[in-house]
This record gives sequence, C-alpha cells and structure tokens, in this order.
Amino acid sequence: MIEILLFATIKAGTPILFATLGAIVMERSGIINLGIEGLMLIGALSGFVTALYTGSLFLAVVVSFFASMAVGSIHGIITVYLRGNQIVSGLSLTMFGIGLTALFGRGMVGKTISGFDKFHIPGLSKIPVIGPALFRHDLLVYLSVLIVVLVSLFFYKTKWGLYLRSVGENPAAADTSGINVLKYRMMAVLVGSGLAGLGGCYLSLAYTPFWMENMSAGRGWIAVALVIFAQWNSTRALAGAYLFGGINALQLRMQAVGTTISPHLLAMLPYIFTIIVLIIATMRLEKGSSPEPESLGLPYDREDRK
Amino acid sequence: MIKFEKRKSTSKLFKTSAPFLAVLLALITAGFILLFAGVNPIKAYSGMLQESLGSAFGISETLLKSTPLILTGLGVSLAFRMKLWNIGADGQLHIGAIGATWVALYSGLQGVFMLPAMFLASFIMGGLWAGVAGVLKAKIRVNEIIVTLLMNYIAISIVSFLVYGPWKDPNGHNFPLTAQFADFARLTSFFNTRLNTGFLLAIVLVFIMYILMEKTLWGYEIKVIGNNQNAAKYAGIKIDRSIIGVLFLSGALAGVAGFSEVAGVQFRLQEGVSSGYGYTAIIVAWLAGRSAIGVLVVSIIMSIILVGGDSLQILMQLPVAFVNLFQGLILFFILASEFFIANKPVLLRSKQ
Repeated sequence: MIEILLFATIKAGTPILFATLGAIVMERSGIINLGIEGLMLIGALSGFVTALYTGSLFLAVVVSFFASMAVGSIHGIITVYLRGNQIVSGLSLTMFGIGLTALFGRGMVGKTISGFDKFHIPGLSKIPVIGPALFRHDLLVYLSVLIVVLVSLFFYKTKWGLYLRSVGENPAAADTSGINVLKYRMMAVLVGSGLAGLGGCYLSLAYTPFWMENMSAGRGWIAVALVIFAQWNSTRALAGAYLFGGINALQLRMQAVGTTISPHLLAMLPYIFTIIVLIIATMRLEKGSSPEPESLGLPYDREDRK
Repeated sequence: MIKFEKRKSTSKLFKTSAPFLAVLLALITAGFILLFAGVNPIKAYSGMLQESLGSAFGISETLLKSTPLILTGLGVSLAFRMKLWNIGADGQLHIGAIGATWVALYSGLQGVFMLPAMFLASFIMGGLWAGVAGVLKAKIRVNEIIVTLLMNYIAISIVSFLVYGPWKDPNGHNFPLTAQFADFARLTSFFNTRLNTGFLLAIVLVFIMYILMEKTLWGYEIKVIGNNQNAAKYAGIKIDRSIIGVLFLSGALAGVAGFSEVAGVQFRLQEGVSSGYGYTAIIVAWLAGRSAIGVLVVSIIMSIILVGGDSLQILMQLPVAFVNLFQGLILFFILASEFFIANKPVLLRSKQ
C-alpha cells in the first residue's frame, strides 16, 4: 500500500518538478514567466505528435524540449529585449499555448501511443518497499532528478551560474563587470522554457499516454507557486513537487477506493494545499532575508544604469 | 547595425494607431498559423465577421457576450490601477453565479425583490472570494497573482460539486444542471434576442466605476498607491485597507458577471458558466489602459473575436479554445508596440 502511494506521489510530482525547475532557472535571471502553463501544453502536444508519427520516445522528448524553447523565446524577446511587462507577456504566452495546442491538437484527441515503460534499476529495485516505490519508474523520472542535481551544480559550482544569479540580483553591477545581461537572461528563458516543456511531455508520454486539450490542468501555475516555496532552490523544488504529488496521489487513491466524498471536492485539494504552502512560505520569507532575486520582474535597460 | 534610442516625443497619431496596428498584425500572424493548421484563414475571418456583425442578431450576440467582459474587465482594471493583479476574475464569476443561483432557487424570495437580491448575493460572494487574496496580500504579502489564479480552479470545482451533487435538478434526467429559474428570477431580454438588461447593468456600472476611479478621493488614492507606494504612505493613505477594498470590489464586479450570466443567459447553474471571460478580462484591462470607458470599447471589440471564434466551432469544427491564440498574439504585439512607441530604431554605421 505505502509503496503504491509513494510510487504515485513521484509520478504525480514529476511534471511539476520539471516545470518548477524551469521557472527557477528563469526567475534566477530576473524573469518571471507566467507562461509555464502554456509551455507545458506545447511540450505535451509536440512530444505526443512526435511519438505518434515516429514511434521514438527519445525523439519525442527532444522535440518537446526544443518546441517549448522556441515558443518560450517569444517571452524572452518581449521581456528581455523589448523590456515589456513580464506578467502580461507570460499570461499571453499561456493563452497562446492553450490556443495553439487546441488548434493543432484537434486531430490528436483519442489517439494513443505506447508511452514510457518502467525501467527497473538493477539491484536497487529489488529492495522491499523502497524498490518498487522509487526505483521502478520511467526514464523521465530519473532524468528529472538528474536535472535537479545539474541545476544545483550549475548555480553553485560554475562561474556561469554565479553570473546568472548576479544578473538576477543586480543587473547593473553585473553589466559593469562585463557580463552580457541580456544574453544571460535570454539563455535562461530558453532553457527554462525547454524544461517546462519536458514537464508537459511527461504528461502526454508517461503519465497518461494520450493528448487531451488543456491537459496540464493548472500544473504550470502550481509550479510558479512552488518556486516561492522552494526559495528559488532546485533541491527544495524536489521536496515541494513531491509534496504536491503526495496530495494528488492521496486524492486519486481516495477516489479509487471509492469514498463517499465527491470527486469534485477531492479535486480541489491540490490547489488549496498549494495556497496554504504559499502562505507558509511567504510568512517564512518575510521574516528572514529573502532569497528572492532582487531584480525579479524588472526589465533591464542599460541607459537607466546609475 | 540597428540600435534603439529613446524617443523624445511620440506623435499622437503613432501612439493611437499603434494598438490597432498591433491587432492587425496579430490577425495576420494568426492567419498564417491557421493556414499552417490546414484552415483557410480568409474563410475563417469572413465567417467570424459575418457571424458577429453581419446581422442584427449577430450584433445582439456580440453585445451579449461583451457583458461579462465589461464587468470582469472593470474589476481587473480597478486592481491594475493599484498594480494589483487579479487573475481570478473567472473564479469570482463562478462564485458570483453560485450566490445568485442560491438566492434564485433556495431563498424563497418572490417577485420584485428577487433580482436585486440575486445581484447583491453575487456581488458579495464574488467580493469575498477575491477578498481572501486581498487579506492575504495586505496582511502577509502573499502573491495575489498566484492566489487569485489557483482559486479559479477551486471555484470551478465547487460549481461542479454543486451541479453534480446537492443542487442537481431532481427532474433533470440526471444531467449536471440545477433546476431552471422562475420567470421573476430572469433578466428581461430585448425583442427576440438573448440580449438582456444585464448589458444595461454593465453600462451603468461602467459609469459608476468611471466616477469612482476618476472623480473621487478614493479613486485618486488608489492611483497614488499604484504609482508610488512610499509617497502614498507619507500622504497617510492606509495601503492595507485599500488593497483589501480594491480586491473586494474587483471580485464583486466579476461576481456580478456571474449573476448576469445565470439570470440573463442560462437561467440555471451549470458547468462552464464562463468561457474564460476572466482571462480575456486581463487583455481588456490592459488594452483599455485601465480606463472604465476604454473597458467598454475594448470589451465589444474582444467580443467580436469571441462570438466569431465560437461560430467557427460550428462552421469549421475548430475547438473553442483556439480563440486564446488570437488573444495571446494580440497581447504579444501590443507589448512589442509599446517598445516601439517609446523607442525608435536608428541605423548605425559600423565604426571600422
């Protein structure tokens, strides 16, 4: 029982984890992206279509990464180079993504693919309870954990990571020391958008191997909220995403065993839970020194440099 | 190489024509995307225009659909003035619809008191729903964008819960619908169209909001807070109270949109009471430059796209959600145009 629940927790948490990581990479550079929801849909549809026509899941993942990156570049151009309002641009990106995938996905509804198989990690998957819960997942789950480590290493062990963080904290100072602020921000938006797309393709290639209009169902927004909970830190994002996954798994489990509670009420739980987590995280942030990137949400214009 | 320089002044003609140019470019881009998706854009656009403006009935449908956009757009604009983002107008509309439906079906009221009571219930319920985000923002600085947005999903689930559960019409053949409202719980429609007094209510609220935002001290205070919080603090304006008040009123207006939908169009509560009006409201507010009169004009323009988009569902089997594509593109081009209004391109000769 417990291993089933843990297994479902990780599965439900993984798409959120990819998206949260993407959001962290972007926000660290100073760019808020409320278009994650739309990017997840782009990733989900492009991955699904690729898998359907080529039969290659590997190619599907690659395509979904680059397709989301391409669509995410609109947000990059508008907010980084044209200094447009990040909130409005992000919301437009979500609308654009919903509309675009509804249009191109209209022939895909009802088709199925054979999604990712479980990959048993030799040795580890034989451990009782932990084995079936943690080490018998599909490859994308392992990839998401790998990216958590990579993002963490990038930010704290490489000079590019340091530069990127300084661009998000104080772009004028970074510019003065010779860092190309706009280029770093644009790169962050591109990579972050790609990661959000991977979250989407997890939905259509592994979680439920089909395409459904608007199948991200608010996960992109939950990811944006979890960034605050995670304090812009990728390891904490892992905890946040699995916490969310746990609530979701529990909720689905309760539906499956047939409680008398309405499924519509149970479906609210993840959102209520996310709001509560956000409140607690904000209260904690208000107390100590905030890890929020100093220039988050502000456009950078060299001429305004003081 | 091209470099951009800040313009010292922008011609009025360029400034006013830029949004229209942006909409035009968005339509052209969307046309290419449609073409790529195997849809004839010229046929699609002429179908949209024909359906939304080509007949008296079409125009009445366009005005009908503009009603919830005006109401939610007013709410979002009000919050915008204080640099607050109410992305939850859709949820507030759902909650307002629940309030109005409760009064219509379960309050036992009769006759002329019914509609005002439904109006009040939707106003208060929508306001309280958004007020939650207001209190959280004012007291603990919780990001109102995320709270209002996540609450949309909760509100939609509550409506589903009610229409599948306790409020399901016992004589409704098990469909997820409430019972129909009595005649005195319905807004009067004009001639033989679906356009009803809800539209007039929206216009009245436009003028009330115009006066409130432009001609009163409170409206002025909101503007000051939006422009400079510190200055507002020095001037002795109670910011926390304004945040809660503004989000309450913002949600209340969206709640009234729920009232006008259930009492004026659907005459019952069902899932999908809003087709994403709360999200379109954000574009409306942004395009309208936060002005009440602007909201009225832009809502009608957006409504042409929505009604036209709906008709393509029948004419060309396109999914309803595809109108989001237009909305996203319009905003993209508006944002880009704002850059070109403020900056001009200058050709630089490379210094070798």
